[in-house]
Amino acid sequence: MATPVSVHAHAAPQGFIRKYIFSLDHKVIGIQYFFLALTAVFVGMFLSLLMRIHMIWPTAVLPIVGEIKPEQYLSLLTMHGTIMVFFVLTTAPQGGFGNYVLPIQIGAPDMAFPVLNMLSFWTTFVGFIVIIAAFFVTGGAPLHGWTGYPPLSAVQSAGPGEGLGADLWITSIAIFCIASLMGALNFITTTLDLRAKGMSLMRMPLTVWSWFITAILGLLAFGVLLSAGILLLLDRNMGTSFYVPLINVNGVMMGHKGGSPLLWQHLFWFFGHPEVYIAILPGMGVTSQVLSTFSRKPIFGYKAMVYAMLAIGFFGFMVWGHHMFMSGMSPYSAFAFSILTMCIGVPSAIKTFNWLGTMWKGHIRFDTPMLYAIGFVSLFVSGGLSGPFLAQPVLDIQLHDTYFVVGHFHLIMGVAAIFGIFAATYYWFPKMFGRMMNETWGRIHFFITLAGTYAIFMPMHYLGMAGQTRRYSQFTEVAYQTKLIPLQTFMTYAAIITIAAQFIFVINLFWSMFKGPKASDNPWEATTLEWTTTTPPPHDNFGGVTPVVHHGPYEYGVPGAPRDYVMQNDPATYAAH
Amino acid sequence: MADATLEHAAVGHGAPGAYEAPLFGAYSKKVGMWLFLASDSLTFGALLFAFSYNRIYTDWPTPFHVASITNATIMTACLLSSSLTMVLGVFAAQRGDRAWTRNWLLATMAFGTAFIVLHGMEWTKLIGEGLALPGFPRPAGAATGELAEVSKNTPQFAATFFGLTAMHMLHVTIGVIYLGVVALRKLFLPILGAIWLAGFLLIPSDNVFHYGIHVLLIGLVLATVILFLKPKDYDAHDVEVSGLYWHFVDLVWMFIFPLVYLMSTRIS
Ligand code: HEM
Ligand SMILES: [Cu+2]
Repeated sequence: MATPVSVHAHAAPQGFIRKYIFSLDHKVIGIQYFFLALTAVFVGMFLSLLMRIHMIWPTAVLPIVGEIKPEQYLSLLTMHGTIMVFFVLTTAPQGGFGNYVLPIQIGAPDMAFPVLNMLSFWTTFVGFIVIIAAFFVTGGAPLHGWTGYPPLSAVQSAGPGEGLGADLWITSIAIFCIASLMGALNFITTTLDLRAKGMSLMRMPLTVWSWFITAILGLLAFGVLLSAGILLLLDRNMGTSFYVPLINVNGVMMGHKGGSPLLWQHLFWFFGHPEVYIAILPGMGVTSQVLSTFSRKPIFGYKAMVYAMLAIGFFGFMVWGHHMFMSGMSPYSAFAFSILTMCIGVPSAIKTFNWLGTMWKGHIRFDTPMLYAIGFVSLFVSGGLSGPFLAQPVLDIQLHDTYFVVGHFHLIMGVAAIFGIFAATYYWFPKMFGRMMNETWGRIHFFITLAGTYAIFMPMHYLGMAGQTRRYSQFTEVAYQTKLIPLQTFMTYAAIITIAAQFIFVINLFWSMFKGPKASDNPWEATTLEWTTTTPPPHDNFGGVTPVVHHGPYEYGVPGAPRDYVMQNDPATYAAH
Repeated sequence: MADATLEHAAVGHGAPGAYEAPLFGAYSKKVGMWLFLASDSLTFGALLFAFSYNRIYTDWPTPFHVASITNATIMTACLLSSSLTMVLGVFAAQRGDRAWTRNWLLATMAFGTAFIVLHGMEWTKLIGEGLALPGFPRPAGAATGELAEVSKNTPQFAATFFGLTAMHMLHVTIGVIYLGVVALRKLFLPILGAIWLAGFLLIPSDNVFHYGIHVLLIGLVLATVILFLKPKDYDAHDVEVSGLYWHFVDLVWMFIFPLVYLMSTRIS
């Protein structure tokens, strides 16, 4: 088929340790990232289960964990948020699937810097161990939420968990920053320098574009968080006052003076808003890829998709102030941030309509990856529609720090990104492990998860408008909120069912890894380069040849072609369409 | 081995024609360094933002005098000269002149080291006069005077001063070690070890650098790992890439010097 340009074939490394533990192969590293994130997501999910249980049965004595105290609720919340945002949503889509698929999709034998790639995985791993350690030190895990606002996060005596636990939390974040920077650098260099002949920028699959743009965001955002974290460590341990004003804790003066908690908010959200796009962009890429493949149609508006992602990345750095409307910022700044935030709605809408346009009149195949991609679009719209509300300073002053925000970001960032991960898992699993996952259980998993997600997070908007505050668990004792207890109970039951349904997924995953039917090289009849090589791919991805690319990534239904799809490395030209 | 793969894959290292021309016409290592510098400038940018933020919202003292400025000017001159010698080193490497490459790199390292030593002495002097963070070890004798007052009244001053300059000093130190590895390879390890040990033994324990010098120990371990895991002869590309890093560190100082020193000076 292809006109191969041959380079040397390479022997794979021998020995268990070099092959599976300290491997330099991007495919092994991608799978390592994937399993790290899988572990992390179960930890995070377990914590959220405890939180939901504590909310409606505050005095229940649970097996193993015992009775949860109100301050422990805050520890659970902090660790839930941090683990989910960093070690799941940043780790699985980029580190996991990006690592595995990006080099293959551009026709490269590996990442540009394999050693750096290995280091970034193991650094992430250390970061995960450090944050988990925060549970087990005296005082336990910190209370300050995933946003780590000072003064609470900057003063050792501010509460249980704000001692060693908080130091470990910050250290873990700093380690994670360094790991992500190494990863981002590698992704960008690989995309710039290692594209196979013919793989021009505008022939790259949208997944590659999304990982590439995500890496640029990471490269620019994580350095800022790193600095912010270092300053926070200095405040906590060297007595500086970057973030801490004159303050007393329980009547004791803290010796700090003149600092500003708002400095942290600026630095944190300068990182924090791009971070939400770091979480969601790869999901957008996967959704585009899957929708096109399973609708048997070219993606609608390929270039618009690329420019929309670039615009989202660009504007993403200019809207951090929308998290700070309550900080007493000048109305003029608030106005500017508000307008810029709403600007992001435009490329987001373009993407949504293009996804719908892709499915329009397609010959849709409803396999599990497709279901998850459609689910992604649904969640993205549901969560995105509340964005423009929050972008209004006048409304945000009412809604900020209520459950409305929790509903918004869980739908759009949390679960939408998770649906992207699921779509990617069901889609690439055959390539990664050489076997198919079980369709029936995949569908059951999908429908329970979709219904459960809406049941848990949709009512949150209502709760928020009814005055339920965020990061507070004792509402059973607040008179005006007791009327909401039935709704809360419903959400907790929904959470229990949804969490239970995730075991369907893991069992399906592990069972299929060993017992699933063998997968062919191209089970989905897709066009991109990872489907042109064997399943699973050889050590250097293409068995000693470098593919040559002749087509765009989504040529489905091309007139005159023998099949309804044209692989990217197919040398024949067909009538233009 | 994936490394072998890389040899062929990396643009500019064989297998011509198999890949698209790299987007910026640069080989991977150089692109990687540029990207690192982009992210590092945001890391520094955040610190400078913290500095400016504090400065705007605080009644900022201007305690520095001629002595500090003279010293900092000499330090600046050292860095500027080091950039010149670095450029000459890169030229020599491109000509294939190994002896002069090494000489110029050693000269660059010497200027860098002079910068660090002068800076360290400056820190020690300022700390002795009372400009200190609460977490620093206290030198004998309580300091009184303007800097002690400044530390008490505007803790932001000392915090931003030490925060910014420490971060920069760390970068220069990493730079010197980096150049040492490129210029001298394994020969550099005993030298680095000796400097660390001498520093640790000679610097009194009430001086911050008694602890700070351990950065060299970490550097020594890393350099050893790199030199033994991937022993190689560094070529002109490697010299050029190390030069990018060095010039960047120099450039950062050109922001720090006016902001931290010149703008905090009172001319009486
Ligand atoms: C596309 C993916 C998006 C993601 C992943 C995302 C994620 C988030 C997250 C995590 C928060 C956290 C708020 C907090 O911690 O207090 C948030 C808040 C916010 N989001 Fe989004 N968002 C997205 C899109 C949008 C859009 C399209 C808009 C507006 C058009 C928007 C407007 C806002 C505003 C204004 C807030 C601040 C709310 C507050 O602090 O009270 N977001 N978003
Ligand atoms: Cu935001």
